[in-house]
Amino acid sequence: MDFAFMGQAFMTLIAGIPLTLQLAFSSVALGAVLALVLAAMRQSGILPLDWFARGYVFVFRGTPLLVQVFLIYYGLGQFRPTLQEWGLWTFFREPYWCALTALTLNTAAYASEIIRGGLQSVPHGQVEAARACGMPRGLLFRRIVFPIAVRQALPGYSNEIILMVKATSLASIITMMEVTGLAHKLISQTFRAIEVFVVAGAIYLLLNFAVTRIVMAVEHWLSPHLRPPPTPIATPPEAAHV
Amino acid sequence: MSDAVTPERAHAESGSVDVRALRKSFGTLEVLKGVSLSARQGDVISILGASGSGKSTMLRCINMLEVPDSGDIVIGGETIGLRKTRRGMEPADRHQVDRIRSRVAMVFQSFNLWSHMTILENVIEAPVHVQRRPKAECVAEGEALLARVGIADKRNHYPAHLSGGQQQRAAIARALAMHPEVMLFDEPTSALDPELVGEVLKVMRLLAEEGRTMLVVTHEMGFARDVSNRVVFLHQGVVEEEGPSRDVFASPSSDRFRQFISSHRG
Repeated sequence: MDFAFMGQAFMTLIAGIPLTLQLAFSSVALGAVLALVLAAMRQSGILPLDWFARGYVFVFRGTPLLVQVFLIYYGLGQFRPTLQEWGLWTFFREPYWCALTALTLNTAAYASEIIRGGLQSVPHGQVEAARACGMPRGLLFRRIVFPIAVRQALPGYSNEIILMVKATSLASIITMMEVTGLAHKLISQTFRAIEVFVVAGAIYLLLNFAVTRIVMAVEHWLSPHLRPPPTPIATPPEAAHV
Repeated sequence: MSDAVTPERAHAESGSVDVRALRKSFGTLEVLKGVSLSARQGDVISILGASGSGKSTMLRCINMLEVPDSGDIVIGGETIGLRKTRRGMEPADRHQVDRIRSRVAMVFQSFNLWSHMTILENVIEAPVHVQRRPKAECVAEGEALLARVGIADKRNHYPAHLSGGQQQRAAIARALAMHPEVMLFDEPTSALDPELVGEVLKVMRLLAEEGRTMLVVTHEMGFARDVSNRVVFLHQGVVEEEGPSRDVFASPSSDRFRQFISSHRG
């Protein structure tokens, strides 16, 4: 192993980190919104909406993300005249938007199931107490159901975020120069696959380490109710008995 | 501005509850078979009965947590509108139900405090977000209420940090914070360890003395006899015995009620 070369490779590949993070976080954020809509459709009790959401999850969870990327990037090109007519061609001719679309649609399917699990875990009694106070549905969701569901769903969601950081590497297949894309390019110039991919892998490891720590911090911040109660500082009542 | 004071209510007696010929079935099981009950402002009514007699269902119909199949619920002179749909009865107007619910507070057997909020946040939640009162005012009042139920020092704790009795007292403070005309208690001490029952009953006794309309589903015979002024005894979905508590305990007219009190004595 040539450590000097690995250092150079590292300097080359970190240029791809902004794009990797941009793809990961944009798709996770947009996917979360879409996932919430899908979860709401599943919970709505309105059959056509329920079926649509079920079908969506079935298709996007059941097919490889790589196939979805190809279908959107290459497949949609066949409908260029229609897309041009609708003014969408400038969007779908860019590999960046295609990759982002595929990642978003894919993560939304998984995340909607995570959110649905969170919504179902909200204790019925707490919902009932809110209804008994006269909370209208929207307020009830915003103040009670959603905050409790998020706390339940967050550990599962952190998994999904990590998967998405790694999934961005597939964008390299459609010419995106994120970390993996730059790694490919560097290998084709140097033919030193081991060093370059070890460095690329290390970069993903670092990114996901940071993601894990951030999610842990958010979890900690959201769950004071699961920790022991705050102990009063000024009053040591036990001291008298010791 | 509260929209709770509507013209038709201005004349009617605030704090009254009328339940008329209430019927409710779950599937093929008829739980309530035409129950009527009337409470005037300041009445404290204990609703007694064996489990399965329909007492909790009746209480939950009053604030529409269960929708009756037929019969009327009248709160402070305002009748809750119902309409028939394919899926059964439904409230005709959700806004009316929400409005009435903010005047009729409920305390549950299992407390049902919101687990992600501190005790004080639980207490001010509905006043701030449902009744839209100024937050500073609600916080001051909430702290006073917590002091009244004896848990002022727990205001920044979360429900999971409190004992059952403390949680139930917090739930009572949460109910009081809405300035309800009527308070419904659904077996408020049944989930508590015996040594914690007393602290909750003490708070309820205080409320009763303030002249607040209270409907209490309970198994506490002492409370029914000494604190409430009226007793309703349900048996298999019908009112079997009803009257001023002193009279019904001294000379019950129904054999079933006589059996019931003798089995709950001690």
